[in-house]
Amino acid sequence: MNTLILLLATGLGLGGLYFLVASGLSLIYGLMGVLNFAHGSFLTLGAFVGLAAANTVGADTWPGLALGLVVGSLTGAAAAALTELGLIRPLYDRHIEQVLVTVGLSLASVALFEGIWGPNPRNVTRTDWLGSTTDVLGASVPNTAFLNVLAGAAVLGGIVAFLKFTRYGLIIRAGVENRAMVTALGIDVRRAFTVVFAVGGAAAGLGGVLATQSLNYVSPHMGASLLIFAFIVTVIGGMGSLPGAAVASVVVAVLQQLANYYLNNTGDVIVVLLLALVLLVRPSGLMGRPA
Amino acid sequence: MNRTRTLLGGLVILALLGSLPLLALTVPGVLPGYTYEPGTLQLLALCWLTAALALSYHLLFGVAGLMSFGHALYFAAGIYGLAIVLDRTDVPLLPAAALVLVGGIALAFLVGAVSLRVTGISFAMVTLAFAQAGNVLVRRDQGDVTGGEEGLALATGGVPDALVGVVNTRNLYWLALVVLVVVYLVVLWIERTRAGHMAAAVRENEVRVRIIGGRPYLTKLVVFVLAASLATVVGMAYLLLQSGASPATSTADFTLTLLVMVVLGGVGSRWGAVVGAVLYTLLDQRLAELAHSAAVAGLPAVLRIPLSEPMFLLGTCFILVVVFLPGGLAGAARRLADRQERRDERAPEAATA
Repeated sequence: MNTLILLLATGLGLGGLYFLVASGLSLIYGLMGVLNFAHGSFLTLGAFVGLAAANTVGADTWPGLALGLVVGSLTGAAAAALTELGLIRPLYDRHIEQVLVTVGLSLASVALFEGIWGPNPRNVTRTDWLGSTTDVLGASVPNTAFLNVLAGAAVLGGIVAFLKFTRYGLIIRAGVENRAMVTALGIDVRRAFTVVFAVGGAAAGLGGVLATQSLNYVSPHMGASLLIFAFIVTVIGGMGSLPGAAVASVVVAVLQQLANYYLNNTGDVIVVLLLALVLLVRPSGLMGRPA
Repeated sequence: MNRTRTLLGGLVILALLGSLPLLALTVPGVLPGYTYEPGTLQLLALCWLTAALALSYHLLFGVAGLMSFGHALYFAAGIYGLAIVLDRTDVPLLPAAALVLVGGIALAFLVGAVSLRVTGISFAMVTLAFAQAGNVLVRRDQGDVTGGEEGLALATGGVPDALVGVVNTRNLYWLALVVLVVVYLVVLWIERTRAGHMAAAVRENEVRVRIIGGRPYLTKLVVFVLAASLATVVGMAYLLLQSGASPATSTADFTLTLLVMVVLGGVGSRWGAVVGAVLYTLLDQRLAELAHSAAVAGLPAVLRIPLSEPMFLLGTCFILVVVFLPGGLAGAARRLADRQERRDERAPEAATA
């Protein structure tokens, strides 16, 4: 029982991280039809820069962590917005080329991170509270899980509110629905593209700093490994569907934790099998629009 | 007339490449030494095998328009399959290779049948997920079969002596060249069969193919399985050449480098895929040399760090080609040829896939 609670809690925490990456992917795909391979690099960059900022105040203090989270998400947002303006926009509506450019960017940026910060994982310092556990119904749950769930929920709420109550949100929702019509009405969708990239990048940068707290290390490759699961989550949830991504994040992460514990470390493979199953039964994903 | 000339030209190039191990040529700055030296032959053989692999990816991406991010899975299946069969059993090389090929085809059929249920970007992601599962299985090494992160050395028991050891690098070179030629001919043949034309039609307009009574799913599955089995064959030759299997060949990054090669050369062009792969392999090797050279070590950090990461330079080149040179090298060559042929009436821009 204790083990089960622990697995569920860590699964939820991991799900929060997946959602932070997958939400941006899903939004970007939904509006622009672009698969953003460089999303993992926004995460890694956010993590490194965020931690560097945290270290100036002291990474083991709460203000340090808060500063790290803010700087991390701002870095992610800036990197994503620059990518959109510099690389995606010139290739307007050529989706394959847009994907290829993000592939090139991900390869080049990971190599650059390796050059700057070294290829090996580095340990990070955390606040005492984040390094310890809390007793929940007899299970010692790592405190990072709470932080991740909180961040995932906050980002979900934030993005939903942004989409519902702001003008840009309205344009984005309309653009996902029917982009040609929005353009025909004389609204500049392209500015919304940059906004979507920036929002996705901010979530990824935040996820990057949080991931370093959970994993207790930071490495140039952490973005790539999280990105693959975020892809799986986006497909299972339904491409372009934010609630779908949220549900799928939790399902995938919890299943992964359970399988890793009960089924001999097969979590990653089980997740791929789940993906195959979902595609066989519902090719458009859990909450995607039927193709 | 034109055809015989192409054929003759191909045979001359082939004869030249085939006799390289017997000659003492060198290209300073491109090759590490004379062409009869094992080190140079090894690099050239690697170029040919990479080119063959890029051709199999061209069949998938260039012909059928299927952007797979999991092609490395079948390449790794060839490498690891053969390595494991040779390691665990006493089966000689050829029957073992046949067995692995059957296994590779079965794997491709299963994965293809599932992932082709979605199209476009979702297809790319799903193939990526399957390849990632393969990569995880190889690295975790639960049954102590694959050697985990360290990889697996080639067990030479069942391999003919002529293909083992540095002394016999020239035989391996010829093997690699034969693999490249065979893969090229097979790809050429597939492109000219009805299945190949059908695949090209599906790439251009799937709905239309369905309306005129074609079966896009089946066509795509056939091409997927063919491309994957070619990759498996190349993987087996790669195992012999490198005399070992390494988990790096099963990563998503490896498939991405294939994509980079095909796009550099020009999507949809067979020659482009070959040239892109050879260029990429040589650049990768040369840039790694450059990274460790004294000239780079003396530079200030702003220049030193980017220059010492080959992947950064290759990735940047790739982005530049995608943005500024649509159609890659083959597209640029075609545009130049067009411009020369028809000076007055401007040739229509070659359609880029």
